[in-house]
Amino acid sequence: MKHIITNLNKVFDNRLRLGIMSILMVNDKVTFKDLKDTLEVTDGNLASHIKALEKAEYILVSKQFVGKKPQTSYATTVLGRKAFTEHLDTLEKFLKNNK
Amino acid sequence: MEKQEQHLETLQEIRSLMERSTRFLSLSGLSGVAAGVIALLGAGTVFAYLGASPFDLGAYQEIRRTHVGDGEKWGMTYSTFLLVTGSIVMILAALSGAYFTWRKARKGGYQLFDASAKRLAWNIVVPFGAGGAFCLILLLKHNLYYLVAPATLLFYGLTLINASKYTLNDIRYLGYGEVALGLIATWFSGYGLLFWAIGFGVLHIVYGIKMYWKYER
Repeated sequence: MKHIITNLNKVFDNRLRLGIMSILMVNDKVTFKDLKDTLEVTDGNLASHIKALEKAEYILVSKQFVGKKPQTSYATTVLGRKAFTEHLDTLEKFLKNNK
Repeated sequence: MEKQEQHLETLQEIRSLMERSTRFLSLSGLSGVAAGVIALLGAGTVFAYLGASPFDLGAYQEIRRTHVGDGEKWGMTYSTFLLVTGSIVMILAALSGAYFTWRKARKGGYQLFDASAKRLAWNIVVPFGAGGAFCLILLLKHNLYYLVAPATLLFYGLTLINASKYTLNDIRYLGYGEVALGLIATWFSGYGLLFWAIGFGVLHIVYGIKMYWKYER
């Protein structure tokens, strides 16, 4: 029982990070603004958690110019998809064992 | 167990975020009802132009014979009249559809024109625009007006099936219905207007009410 809980990925030990990953899992590329609007959080809060996911190499950041404005968008990495899927599997197992 | 509830909640939140970020969920059933009513009014106008009753099936062959030519009524040929009425119906239906959906989005506190709405709009505009252009060519270049109703039904049905990936999945079944009607209408050419009224009018109203009942009541 105990080892399942310790298996839970520490990087995902935060609702907002899980939220960011959930959105990126089902969309190819999402802009900062769209993430912010969907998750309904502040710029600073979102940015700090994006940084954490970026540091873990779970997401990729790309910057491009749309007209004259720079636009930052995000996508998952292979490592990130794997980690997220494993995290969900662990959660699921945990719930099943406790039924 | 507290931990368990927390995990369950997390999973539900993940599922909801995945849904919300890919699908435009503010589509209102009332949009469908409004579009259906407008379509029926439009079809009624065309029946009036033809001087025919939609319920007198025997009269359809007569309509075919008398209106194949370039007879004018109300200062317009049949093709022009179809084109004008069709365009007005499409514009009014789209506007009223947008209004009810905007209302639902506002009520739910969602942004109307977010990424999912843009994706949905694009996936409607491309196939339906192609269908519209196809019908214009049929009408203006080849004068094949009897194929216009079946073609609009077919293209609209395929548009809905495509769009269902980006909004409430229910509209997929409306799409199947429109495609089936379009094919039947192609077979029984001459009854196009009747099938058009059923597809765009009756199906929209029935489906709109059903969706309103399911999601908005």
